[in-house]
Amino acid sequence: MDRTKIDLWVGIFAAIGVAALLGLAMKVGNLTTSNIGETYTVTAGFQNIGGLKPRSPVKSAGVVVGRIDAIQFDSATYEAKVTLKLDKRYLFPKDTFANIYTAGLLGEQYIGLEPGGDEEYLQDNDKIMQTQDAVVLEKMISQFLYSKATETKE
Amino acid sequence: MFKGVVSKLASVLQNFGHRLIEQFWRLGSASRLFGYTLASSGESLRRPFLVIREIYFTGVLSLIIILVSAFFVGMVLALQGYNTLQKYGSSEAIGVLVALSLVRELGPVVTALLFAGRAGTAITAEIGLMKATEQLSAMEMMAVSPIARVVAPRFWGGVISMPLLASLFSMVGILGGYLVAVPLIGVDGGAFWSQMQASVDFREDVMNGFIKSCVFGVACTMIALFEGYDAPPTAEGVSRATTRTVVNSSLAVLGLDFVMTSFMIS
Repeated sequence: MDRTKIDLWVGIFAAIGVAALLGLAMKVGNLTTSNIGETYTVTAGFQNIGGLKPRSPVKSAGVVVGRIDAIQFDSATYEAKVTLKLDKRYLFPKDTFANIYTAGLLGEQYIGLEPGGDEEYLQDNDKIMQTQDAVVLEKMISQFLYSKATETKE
Repeated sequence: MFKGVVSKLASVLQNFGHRLIEQFWRLGSASRLFGYTLASSGESLRRPFLVIREIYFTGVLSLIIILVSAFFVGMVLALQGYNTLQKYGSSEAIGVLVALSLVRELGPVVTALLFAGRAGTAITAEIGLMKATEQLSAMEMMAVSPIARVVAPRFWGGVISMPLLASLFSMVGILGGYLVAVPLIGVDGGAFWSQMQASVDFREDVMNGFIKSCVFGVACTMIALFEGYDAPPTAEGVSRATTRTVVNSSLAVLGLDFVMTSFMIS
């Protein structure tokens, strides 16, 4: 086998090898979905974030409009301070509602944004004032049991 | 009677100690060869065709076995996964199952095992035979360093080929899984890819798998080179060295995989 042929085959091999790695990054991994172009940052405070994690999606009307950048504990207010990175293309009114939802019964948790009716839009580094915490299953069950217990007494 | 037992015990212990010291001796010479190989890599990388030729022999010629087994592994994963997942009504998660198991574990590990069998044995046999026919000594006589001319190019050829082969393995395996899951079984194609993309992280999963395959490449190639270089220059010696290459590479890959996984999972 002469040298040019070997060079050619090795070139092809290296090219498809790198292409496979890129394919894994783009098509299989979340490299493309995590870079959503230009973003602006918004924060929101929650009493309880449940199983929310950094890089979880932020959705509005079911469409992914951003990702969660960081989650910190704010020791001044004893709240979880969640930093959201939203796509610059999507603007939301100032009185937007941020809820923590679960995808399906056992799926991952995400933040759902429900736009309000304000004329002004959220700017970079603004804070979303209206939030709703994650549903904690144990709390719900205990509330249900409690209400059942009071019902039967009456 | 008592004296006999003691002397028997002593000889068993002596045997054990002798083997242990021999293993340590071999480990020492292997690391010395590794050091020499790295030290003379510059010399052989200055003649890139030597390395390219080795990438051809270890990488390109291994493509067929790697790609075919990847395809079948992916298809079997999808079939088996579907069987269990549909009991829980979450057959769309099959994409996640196939992708994560391939990218994290099966891609690097199975590629390394196949690589040890396909390329490692060839390296060992070639170098062992070179030693048996005194080609290596002839090189030394001509003031050509056999490590720079023979060992280092094969080392870099293997180290470069292995991650590329592992990436191809994962990608082709996922395509095989897709083929079984979506057109054959009828899982929704959009859910297959979107759930996969939602749960496979580039840094945590793809990159860690890539790092694993690089480490396996170094381990498998180095074991193959050392066994060949260390083989007794007889037909029997070369055949034993080839067997040891497969056994030791496989054990090293599985052991290293456990160690690396335990660090990566945390």
